[in-house]
Amino acid sequence: MDFLSEHQPEMLPGNRRLPPTQGVIEAPHGTTIVAVTFPGGVVLAGDRRATMGNVIAQRDIEKVFPADEYSAVGIAGTAGLAVEMVKLFQLELEHFEKVEGAQLSLEGKANRLSTMIRSNLGMAMQGLAVVPLFAGYDVDREKGRIFSYDVTGGRSEEHGYAATGSGSIFARGAMKKLFRDDLTEEQATTLVVQALYDAADDDSATGGPDVARRIYPIVTVITEDGFRRLTEDESSEIARSILERRLEQPDGPRAALL
Amino acid sequence: MSTPFYVSPQQAMADRAEYARKGIARGRSLVVLQYADGIVFVGENPSRALHKFSEIYDRIGFAAAGKYNEYENLRIGGVRYADLRGYTYDRDDVTARGLANVYAQTLGTIFSSAGEKPYEVELVVAEVGETPDGDQIYRLPHDGSIVDEHGSVAVGGNAELISNYLDQEHREGMSLAEGLKLAVKALSRESNGTQREIPAERLEVAVLDRTRPQARKFKRIVGRQLSRLLEVDGASTEAESSTEGSDEE
Repeated sequence: MDFLSEHQPEMLPGNRRLPPTQGVIEAPHGTTIVAVTFPGGVVLAGDRRATMGNVIAQRDIEKVFPADEYSAVGIAGTAGLAVEMVKLFQLELEHFEKVEGAQLSLEGKANRLSTMIRSNLGMAMQGLAVVPLFAGYDVDREKGRIFSYDVTGGRSEEHGYAATGSGSIFARGAMKKLFRDDLTEEQATTLVVQALYDAADDDSATGGPDVARRIYPIVTVITEDGFRRLTEDESSEIARSILERRLEQPDGPRAALL
Repeated sequence: MSTPFYVSPQQAMADRAEYARKGIARGRSLVVLQYADGIVFVGENPSRALHKFSEIYDRIGFAAAGKYNEYENLRIGGVRYADLRGYTYDRDDVTARGLANVYAQTLGTIFSSAGEKPYEVELVVAEVGETPDGDQIYRLPHDGSIVDEHGSVAVGGNAELISNYLDQEHREGMSLAEGLKLAVKALSRESNGTQREIPAERLEVAVLDRTRPQARKFKRIVGRQLSRLLEVDGASTEAESSTEGSDEE
């Protein structure tokens, strides 16, 4: 990135001059991303909808990407900018690894992403914000970790679960009631899909599982074996079993009162 | 004021080439050869940290003999070139041919510019294809020429001796263990015809494995995996003969 800013600065997202604009620019926005840790790793998942104002811009957008072998980024906010940011982020991690012969620490990766979000602040002020969620497996501490960000690049580590995007309030509420310390990987993947379902239930910009078109949330798992994205069969299996239960109980599983 | 001696351009170039060749010959040799599932890099390297082989991009690997600081410089340049290209266009648009051209330009310019000393390095750029036919191996000597190699290539001190041996022994479709054993055998040949022993911990081995599911095909082979591969051949023939023996019993 330092090399790029010296030689071809116009290729970096933060260095482009914006034309003066009035009001908010209409561009596709990605919506809800959720993450949950479990003993041995972390799960990161996202819905598939992109909206542009009141219009659904895309039904099957992919918003969760592997950053490298042991980490992944889920993006909420302006889709075009976010995808470019992720591409640059992936490139930087890989470049560092090749040049130095060693991987960046998870903290280092999280900090790097923070700087990139900050460099987008000018655009964020005009309504083109990018707010990712970063999750990875910390090889040194041997556990999954989640980092959330705000538009100014402020970084905070989340313990247990986190969500970002327009449906995040509802997703977080759902996860708060369902989360436990001793989840298995399978339970964790179910939990994130439940949370996305609840987000889609109450937020118009978040898409639920689309059975008719076979569009299901993207669920990724990162453990010490590295990054793995659940196949379509696996995620449809989870989504269908949740749907089935929700036919009887539309609001999903109930937590105990006391 | 004294007039400088006249040196003919031919002589000047020959001197520079001689200088570079001597520098390269001081370094240890390394071997790059094709096997059934990809390309294997084998070299003698007592250092664990200073690598002779490295990943440039998804399917492209780099090997160098000669002066460390000079080829490290070229390696980082190559990684930058590849990453920038892949980011600007697409990952598929980064090719070994393009990279070899850039290296040839760089080496050629440095070699013929009077102000600089020539680089004492010899590079190999290899790209693994979907099939063995798609594999590409380029050798780049110190003067900036490109040699398109097939099957196997050796660079460094004993390169000629080693590549002669490899040309005779290498065949298509070898397994990784076979290829590795052949490479080690070739590397351990001395110019006086004797063989010396290279222990596994002094070997640096890496592969570009086309069967790897990830996009990045480069992988270092170290520790147990390496010693297992080196043993496989000898041990398995022994094992086979012993099982045959036990079958007969």
